[in-house]
Amino acid sequence: MSNLHNLPPLKLSGLEPLIVNEAANFINIGERTNVTGSRKFLRLIQEENYEEALSVALEQVEGGAQIIDVNMDEGMLDGVEAMTKFLNLIASEPDIARVPIMVDSSKWEIIVAGLKCIQGKGVVNSISLKEGEENFIYQAKTIKRFGAAVIVMAFDENGQADSYERRVEICKRSYDILVEKVKFPPQDIIFDPNIFPVATGMEEHNNNALDFFRATKWIRENLPGAHVSGGVSNVSFSFRGNNSVREAMHSAFLYHGIQHGMDMGIVNPSMLEVYDDIDKELLTYVEDVLLNRRPDATERLLDFAETVKGDGKKKEKDLSWRETTVEKRLEHALVKGIVEFIEEDTEECRQKFDRPIQVIEGPLMDGMNVVGDLFGSGKMFLPQVVKSARVMKKAVAYLLPYIEAEKDGVQSAAGKVLMATVKGDVHDIGKNIVGVVLGCNNYDVIDLGVMVSAEKIIETAIKENVDVIGLSGLITPSLDEMVTVAKEMQRADLKIPLMIGGATTSRVHTAVKIEENYQNDQTVHVLDASRSVTVVESLLGQRKADYVANVKAEYKKLRDHHAKNRGRKTYLPLTQAQANKMNISWKAEDVYTPKQLGVHHFEDYSLEELVDFIDWTPFFQTWELAGPFPRILEDEIVGEAATKLYEDARAMLKQIVDEKWLQAKAVFGLFPANTVGDDIEIYKDETRSEVLAVQHTLRQQLKKSANADNLALSDFVAPKESGLEDYIGAFVVTTGIGIDERVKAFEADHDDYNSIMLKALADRLAEAFAEKLHQDVRREHWGYAANESLDNEALIKEKYQGIRPAPGYPACPDHTEKETLFELLNATELTGVSLTESLAMLPTASVSGWYFAHPQAKYFGVGKITEEQVQSIADRKGKSFEEMEKWLRPNLS
Amino acid sequence: MDKIDITQLSLSTKDKERIKTTNALIGRLLEERLLVLDGAMGTMIQRHKLTEDDFRKNWFENHEASLKGNNDLLSLTRPDIIKEIHSQYFEAGADICETNTFSGTTIAQADYHLEDFVDDINYYSANLAREIADEFTAKEPGKPRFVAGSIGPTNRTASISPDVNDPGYRAITFDELVVAYKQQALGLIYGGADLLLVETVFDTLNAKAALYAIDVVYEELGVELPIMVSGTITDASGRTLTGQTTESFLISMSHMPLISIGLNCALGASDLRQYLQVLDKKAPFYVSAHPNAGLPNEFGAYDETPEIMGEQIKEYLEEGLVNIIGGCCGTTPEHIKVIADLAKVYNPRTRKENV
Repeated sequence: MSNLHNLPPLKLSGLEPLIVNEAANFINIGERTNVTGSRKFLRLIQEENYEEALSVALEQVEGGAQIIDVNMDEGMLDGVEAMTKFLNLIASEPDIARVPIMVDSSKWEIIVAGLKCIQGKGVVNSISLKEGEENFIYQAKTIKRFGAAVIVMAFDENGQADSYERRVEICKRSYDILVEKVKFPPQDIIFDPNIFPVATGMEEHNNNALDFFRATKWIRENLPGAHVSGGVSNVSFSFRGNNSVREAMHSAFLYHGIQHGMDMGIVNPSMLEVYDDIDKELLTYVEDVLLNRRPDATERLLDFAETVKGDGKKKEKDLSWRETTVEKRLEHALVKGIVEFIEEDTEECRQKFDRPIQVIEGPLMDGMNVVGDLFGSGKMFLPQVVKSARVMKKAVAYLLPYIEAEKDGVQSAAGKVLMATVKGDVHDIGKNIVGVVLGCNNYDVIDLGVMVSAEKIIETAIKENVDVIGLSGLITPSLDEMVTVAKEMQRADLKIPLMIGGATTSRVHTAVKIEENYQNDQTVHVLDASRSVTVVESLLGQRKADYVANVKAEYKKLRDHHAKNRGRKTYLPLTQAQANKMNISWKAEDVYTPKQLGVHHFEDYSLEELVDFIDWTPFFQTWELAGPFPRILEDEIVGEAATKLYEDARAMLKQIVDEKWLQAKAVFGLFPANTVGDDIEIYKDETRSEVLAVQHTLRQQLKKSANADNLALSDFVAPKESGLEDYIGAFVVTTGIGIDERVKAFEADHDDYNSIMLKALADRLAEAFAEKLHQDVRREHWGYAANESLDNEALIKEKYQGIRPAPGYPACPDHTEKETLFELLNATELTGVSLTESLAMLPTASVSGWYFAHPQAKYFGVGKITEEQVQSIADRKGKSFEEMEKWLRPNLS
Repeated sequence: MDKIDITQLSLSTKDKERIKTTNALIGRLLEERLLVLDGAMGTMIQRHKLTEDDFRKNWFENHEASLKGNNDLLSLTRPDIIKEIHSQYFEAGADICETNTFSGTTIAQADYHLEDFVDDINYYSANLAREIADEFTAKEPGKPRFVAGSIGPTNRTASISPDVNDPGYRAITFDELVVAYKQQALGLIYGGADLLLVETVFDTLNAKAALYAIDVVYEELGVELPIMVSGTITDASGRTLTGQTTESFLISMSHMPLISIGLNCALGASDLRQYLQVLDKKAPFYVSAHPNAGLPNEFGAYDETPEIMGEQIKEYLEEGLVNIIGGCCGTTPEHIKVIADLAKVYNPRTRKENV
């Protein structure tokens, strides 16, 4: 096309040139050096194992990638630094640096950082009109100054292009701006007109591939010089787990894409079938779908897909493993987590050995060792390990009567671990997972459950003569409780190591607050379940002294660092912080009178309605599979495990809904309210004469840079003196009613996998319920956003107006506010949710919070506060300083 | 000469008009004929057998560090010598002289602790070259003379770590280079340069920073001087110090509307030829070359005579490889005389579009 318009071709360079012209046919962009797409690469970068990370890049280039895409967009990374470091290192590797670099980020500052490191002409991935023309022009101009080509997404102020017309409209507009206003070389523009999945079962997706092809053709014919690229694997998203269909779809898509003028793309070469080698029948079905050639194309492909899997053979359960020896069969069952034959295999094995215990010590432990090794080397993942444990437990349960009949309880456990969720806390998913992982590794685990007092922990530790204690907790008051346990252990003169874990715990907290309170043995923070085995092994092993010395040194460093940093931050006196509050200019039109004031509750909300509101990403995090959903299902390393887990989760979810395993209850209330100082007065009725409750809010005290406010939630409600009649909402939801009996049933069946699964799903449903109820409130009950329409992704990203902060979380870290909230709503009676002494909610699958509706209301973290504010809060609440200090200790500077 | 305060300077409407006219004039002349660039500055300075005092005179009498060898300072301390050298090259037939500012950045001057004099170096170097060029133009209006502000590579590389054990380390960042180059470009423009010459590029990333800085300065001033870029192929591998092939170097520099791209230094004329062929074929700009007078001998001197070098240059011209031709290390007014005489009888390379 380009020569028709007499434009030069797109020319890129690393150490060597890359000319994108018709002779080049199709430019293959390597995608493995992308932390969002490759869990392995992410891990290497997180561990700063740059040497290995470079070898990933080298493999790509050697494997035929003509450009390498580098992406460091991950919340836990300093993206600018990682991008700079990695590109600087690439510059020293001529075998990699010979190809051009694609600087890939959704963050502008990372893109700029990348551009500052490449001497060749690279490509920026990507910019778009999403944030308007001005921003687009500025970015394009800067990119031009750096001498890079650019990928432009078909995205504008109104969203992503999802039809042929929108693709054409946005690409044309982008092109005209770039060429006319920015004077961007037309040949340096590469469009990504969005490859979306097909065969999703939704009619509006039927034209997804065809629209892409048509838009590609239009771009190549009407926008002189411009190129077209895209991420191909997206198209086959509906066929995750069925690689033979996916590979066929990719190559057929590419074939047609290239025919229509697509000349670059991100393609995983190992997920690509040769077009001519695609089974002709399959090809017909695939092309019917891609080209939307018949209305039943999707069903036909789905039906056909059922019959092909793996290498395209008919799908049937592969039972060939049943033909090997019983030892091998046990190993296979353990590694694959298959319970189907475990009892018959265990029985066969029992008859083979002299004593039943030998089955455990022999083949079963051998199998679990294989599992442990695979897990340790990153080839198996947590959900698979938990399934293996289920198999193991079932086998052991089968053997137990025989062992007891022999009256020989001899066991050869590697050590005895006591696990407990501390007093006042009820969260146990993480603790249970650690228990399973340790159990898998031949440790004898004594699990005391949740809300366990220090006395009980110590008493059991002495009685059972345990080798190590593990404490878990999720809410912030548990941090203090752990300190208490440590002190009590010292007083009782225990001489065993202490492990600390759970979401709010940290290495720093352990080093600063816990370790020094327990001098008899070492205290260690355990980041996640996968580290627990290493930690326990080190603590109980022969090289304990070395390990402890290391931990001690590390914690000392953390303490020193902490002490040093503390002095560096400046905190404002409370009055100054208050003076720097967010100054909303209160206007009548920003304040909405709720349509339905007062308290309302739902006895049995439809679970089915909640399913679509689930945010799946945290679900995978629970299982220690990191990565955003749905992309995690595609991940090269964990994708398979994640897909399997997701399938199991969906299946259980269906049962939960169909068989009503859980009951969803909720209460919410909307009340007249006004702010007085940092407190929010909540009134009984519109006369505003009787105060029903007072919400005491905490204010940020860290000295801010100019223009930044010291926020408190009270800033978002109109002050009394404004004369405006404002409102506030409060809610409690739960999806945990009925969960206990189900969990007990699973546990009785030695099925930790399903027990953990159910708890994790209930947690997700509760969050989904909070999201859904908030939407109902915005749209109907309060009604300030009657016309809001957002999809689930937008909801997860909280793109709506108003917030629902929860007591105990960063914007209102004071857990005691939960008491106010529960009382205000009569929540315990109406929902069955109660508060523990540490103010954790029971059942755990519950969410509570406040509703704020002002357009400027936003989430923030209160951060550290000074004793002055603790005193102020105590005075306002009529409590003692000591009591409030106990609750707010994690926030004290 | 007084120390200048660059913040007090600005371009008059007349200055801007001159820049615009000159830009057009250079474009027109390059259509018509080969233009001749001058030869080496260092080689000519060596002929004067200068002492430490010459490098200090009037400006740096009490400076703590030794300054001998910091040739750019001579524009301040011995402007007579620099003017004389410019005159000699114009006399020999050069159309364009290069300012004595190869090391005129805060980065290069940091070695001598003279960062504070960078504005003076650039401003006065351009200024005195301007004076001589105008003298010659006045004498011979049919052969207008031009001043190219020389922008060297600095002594740091943005793409290579100086520490072999830490390849991710950089002694200089892109941002630092941009700041330094902006300052240099501004001084040269205020001093009266007609073109800017980003030369002896051994690290393309340094040169990208220079182009970035120039683009920003142009936008701020509202003027555009023609930009020449000249890279350096360091050895027989045919690559720059940072590993790029000639074509990659060209592609990496092509985002700005350069007046010319070329090669200089490191190699003698005959060795440069094959790489000039690449530029001739692929560059959408005019092509320049200013090779060394051969390779340095065992004493570090360049000894190709004007005649020998002339023979090799003649081959370029017969092949029509270049539009701008001059000399780098080891070349003298005698060399430039031979080259200028050749340039008169050959046609320039035809510029290719859309390659």
